[in-house]
Amino acid sequence: METTISQLLYLISLVLFIVGLKGLSHPETARRGNLIAASGMILGIIVALFQPMQDASNNYLWILGGVIVGSAIGLTAAKKVQMTKMPEMVSLFNGLGGACAMFIGFVEFYNLPAQTEMMSGSVFTNIFALVIGSISFSGSLIAYGKLNGSLRDSLKLPAPQVINVLNLIGIFVICGLILSGSELDMNLVIALFALSLTYGVVFVTPIGGGDMPVVISLLNSITGIGAMGAGLIYSNNVMIIGGILVGASGVILTVMMCKAMNRTLFNVIIGGISSSSSSA
Amino acid sequence: MLEIIIQFFADNLPMIIMLVLASFLGMEIIGKVPTVLHTPLMSGANAISGVVAIGAIILVRSASPDDYFSLGLGSVGIALAIINVAGGFAVTNRMLEMFKKKKDNKSS
Repeated sequence: METTISQLLYLISLVLFIVGLKGLSHPETARRGNLIAASGMILGIIVALFQPMQDASNNYLWILGGVIVGSAIGLTAAKKVQMTKMPEMVSLFNGLGGACAMFIGFVEFYNLPAQTEMMSGSVFTNIFALVIGSISFSGSLIAYGKLNGSLRDSLKLPAPQVINVLNLIGIFVICGLILSGSELDMNLVIALFALSLTYGVVFVTPIGGGDMPVVISLLNSITGIGAMGAGLIYSNNVMIIGGILVGASGVILTVMMCKAMNRTLFNVIIGGISSSSSSA
Repeated sequence: MLEIIIQFFADNLPMIIMLVLASFLGMEIIGKVPTVLHTPLMSGANAISGVVAIGAIILVRSASPDDYFSLGLGSVGIALAIINVAGGFAVTNRMLEMFKKKKDNKSS
C-alpha cells in the first residue's frame, strides 16, 4: 500500500521533471518550467525520506544535517555569484552531483555483502556509478578551474590522446578484474576510483576555455547518466528516468551548442587535443 | 557468458524498455531552443541531475546507526547533491529573471 503510493508520487515527480524541461526550452515558459522542475525535485526528496524500506534505521539526523548544509551553501552560492561567472558555477554544481554518485558507488562497494557473486548486476551498477560519477566530478572541477582562471587555459599534458586511451584501457581491465574475481578486492576498487578521476582530468584539460560551455553541457549529461547508474543500484525509478532524461537531453543540448558555435562535437573534443599538441 | 547476458536481459526487461523509451523522450523533449536559453537550460537540467541526492538519502536511511563510514560519506553525498539541486535551480531562476528584466526595459 505505502509502496504503491510512494511509487505513484515518484511518478508525479518524474512528470514534473518532464514538464519542467519542456518549459525550460521555450522563452515564455522558461521560468515556470524551472519552478515546476524544482517542485518535482522537492516532491521526490520528500518521498525518498518517507518511502517504506525494509529494516531502515532511517538516521534522519544525518540526512537533515546534509540537507541543511547543502541547501545553505547552494542557495548562498547561487545568490552571491556574479552573472558573468554563471557557467563556472554550473560546472562546480555539476561536479558536486557527480561526486555524490561517486560516493554512493564507493560506499555500496564497501557495504557489499560478503558472499556476493562478483559477476552480478549489483557489482556492475556499483562500478558504473563510481566510474561515471568520478569522471564527471574531476572533469567538472577542471572545467571550473579553467573558467575561473585558477588553471591556466594553455595548461598542457604531453600526448593527451595516448594517456586518454591508456587510461580507458586501464579502466576496462580493472572492471574486468573486479567482475571476474571470486571476491571483492577493495584495492582494485580504489585503483578504479583513481583511474576514473584521472580520466576526467585528462579528458577536459586539453580543451580550450572558449569551448568550455560545450564541455560543461557534456559533463552535465554524463552526471545525468551517473545518477541513472546510482538509481540502478537502488532500483529507484525517479533516479533512473530522471538521470537518463538529463543524459539524453544533455547530449542534444551539447550538439545544439556546438552548432551555435559552428563546430561539431567531435571537433571540440579532438580539436582541443590537436590544437594543444600542435602548439606544443 | 552469453547465458549471463541473456539472463540479465530477461530479469530486467521492463527496466531496459523504460531506459530506451526514456532516452528517446529526453532527446525529443527539448525541441528548438533559442541560443539565449542554452545556458539556463543546461543549468536547469544540471539541477535535475541532482536526483542522485535521493540515492544518498536511501543509502543513509538503510545504513546501520553505528556504521559511521556509510553515514559520514552518505551525508556528505547528500550535502553535495543538495548543493547541486538548490544552487542549480536558484541560479537558473536568477538567469531567467535577468532575461525578463531585459525584455521589460526594451518594451518600456
